[in-house]
Amino acid sequence: MILKKFKWPIYHIFVGLLAIVMVYPVIWLLMSSFKPSNLIFTTSSSLIPDPWIWSNYVTGWIGSSGQSFMSFITNSLEIVILSTIGAVLSSAFIAFGFARLQFKGRAIWFAIMMVTLMLPHDVVLVPQYIMFSKLGWIGTISPIVVPQYFGVPFFIFLMVQFIRTIPREMDEAATIDGVGKFGLFLRIILPLIIPALATASIFSFYWRWEDLMGPLLYLNKPSAYTVSLGLKMFLDSESVSNWGAMFAMSIVSLIPVLGVFFLFQRYIVEGISTSGLK
Amino acid sequence: MKSLSLRNNLVGYTFISPFVIGFLIFTLIPAAASLYFSFTDYDLLSAPSWIGLENYTSMFTSDDRYMQSLKVTMLYVFLGVPLRLIFALFVAMILNTTSKAVGLYRTVYYLPSIIGGSVAVSIMWRNLFGDQGVINVMLNSIGIDSVRWFGDPNAALFMLVTLSVWQFGSSMLIFLAGLKNIPTELYEASGVDGAGFFTKFFRITLPMLTPIILFNLIMQLISAFMTFVPAYIISKGEGGPLDGTLLYSLYLFRQAFVFFDMGYASAMAWVMLIIVGVLTAAVFATSKLWVHYETEGGR
Repeated sequence: MILKKFKWPIYHIFVGLLAIVMVYPVIWLLMSSFKPSNLIFTTSSSLIPDPWIWSNYVTGWIGSSGQSFMSFITNSLEIVILSTIGAVLSSAFIAFGFARLQFKGRAIWFAIMMVTLMLPHDVVLVPQYIMFSKLGWIGTISPIVVPQYFGVPFFIFLMVQFIRTIPREMDEAATIDGVGKFGLFLRIILPLIIPALATASIFSFYWRWEDLMGPLLYLNKPSAYTVSLGLKMFLDSESVSNWGAMFAMSIVSLIPVLGVFFLFQRYIVEGISTSGLK
Repeated sequence: MKSLSLRNNLVGYTFISPFVIGFLIFTLIPAAASLYFSFTDYDLLSAPSWIGLENYTSMFTSDDRYMQSLKVTMLYVFLGVPLRLIFALFVAMILNTTSKAVGLYRTVYYLPSIIGGSVAVSIMWRNLFGDQGVINVMLNSIGIDSVRWFGDPNAALFMLVTLSVWQFGSSMLIFLAGLKNIPTELYEASGVDGAGFFTKFFRITLPMLTPIILFNLIMQLISAFMTFVPAYIISKGEGGPLDGTLLYSLYLFRQAFVFFDMGYASAMAWVMLIIVGVLTAAVFATSKLWVHYETEGGR
C-alpha cells in the first residue's frame, strides 16, 4: 500500500541501500579477517584486503596455549547435540500431555509453565550455581545439558500450539484401534509434529551455540571451552594485537549459524512469526 | 468411573512429569533459595548469615554502582526497545509487498538478528566503534570529529543501544505477519474516501497492529532487561567506561561471581523480578486503553 507512493526503482534503491547498511558490519568482519592484523584498522574504511592473506585462519585455528579452535568446536557441538536431543524430545512428550490429555490440575500447570517462560533467569542463577557445585558438576557440561531434559517452556508452548491444530479424529481412530496414550504419542502425534520439532531444534541449536553465561560459569578448563569462550579468550589476550586471528575465528564461529539459517530459513521465519521469541 | 479418572490423571501426570520435576528442581526450589539468600550475607565459603533487609537497603542507599547500573539499564531499555520496535515496524511496512526481491531483502534484514546473540558479533561491534574503527572513519568523512566510544560512558551505552536496534529482525517478522492479516479492503475503502497515506497509517494500520505491538513490547522489554552478552564482551566484563555499560545483569553477575556476594546478587535478582513484573503489569494495564481487538470478526 505504502508502495504506491514510491516509484519502483526508487523503492529498490532505498531498500537495497538499507540492506547494505544492515549487512555491512558482517562483510567488514569477513573482509578484515583476510587482512594482515596491523592493517585492519589503518585500512578499516576499505573493504578489499590488500594484500589478501589466509594466515589469520591458520593462526586462529591453531589457537593459543595449546588449545586449537577445533577443540572449542567439538566441545560446543557436544553440548549443542546433547542439549537439543533432550530439549526437543522432553518438550514434545510434555506438550502431548498438555495438548491432548485430560487430568486434574492441567490448567494450573500450564499457567505455571507460561509464567516460567517469562521468568528472568537471573533469579535462579545463584542457587542453581550452588546446587551444581554441591553436586560436583562444576567443570562438566552437566549443568548446561541436564536441565534441558526436563522440557523447555518455549518449546512446550510451541508444540502445544502445533498439536492443537491436528484433528482429534486421528486420536479417536487410533484409540478405537486399541492404541494406548504412549502409542498415540509415539506413532501418531510425533510424526505429525516434525515441523515443530525442527523449529525447536533450530532454536535449541542457536541458543546453545551462542550461550556464553553457562560455559562461563561452569566450564573452567580451557580444554573444555566452547566456541563462545574460545572467542572471549582471544579478546582477553588482545594485547598481542592478533586482531586478524580473532576476526577469522569469529567468522568460523558464525559459519554453522549462517549455514543453519540458510538451510532452514522457512522453519525459522515461521517459527518466529507464529511464536515470536528471540 | 472413578478409577478411570484416576487413570487419566496418572497418565496425564506421567506425560508432564519431566516439566513438573524440572520446575521444582531448577526453578521453584532455586527461586525460594534465592529469596532466602537475598536476606543473608553469603560468600559461598561460610554458611549464609541472616542480615534481614540490609542487602536491599544498601542497594538504594549506599551503592552508587547499583544506582548507576539501574540508570544505565533503564536508559538502555527505554531508548533501545522503542527504537527497535519503530525501526522493525518501518522495515516491515516497506517489505510488505509482493515484489520478488522481498524474500531476499527479508533474509538480509533478518540476518543480523540470527547471529546477534553470539560473542563474534559483540567483538565485531566493539571493533567497528574502536578509536580507528569504521564508524569514526565515516564520521570524519562527513566532517565530524572522532568519538572516543570507550572513553565516554554515554557514547559506550549508545554503542550497546545501536547493537540492539540493529537486531530488530524478530520483531520485524512478527509485524510483517500482522500486516499481512490486515484486510486490504480496509485500505481500498478508505482510499475511495480519499484518505492519504498518513490517515491510512494512523486510522487502519496502527490500530489493527496494536495486539502485535503489545506482544512485541512485552517480549522485547523482558529480554532487554536481561541483556548480558554484549555488555560483557564490549566492556570486557567490567561494564566500563566509568560503569557506562554496567547493565543490571552484568552487575548482578559481577556481584555473584567476581565479588562472591551471593546474598547481594540474589537481592538484586529479586528487585529485577519486581521491576520487570511491575513494568509488564503496567503495560498490560494500560493496554486496555490502546490495544484494539477486532470484535466484529472482520476477518
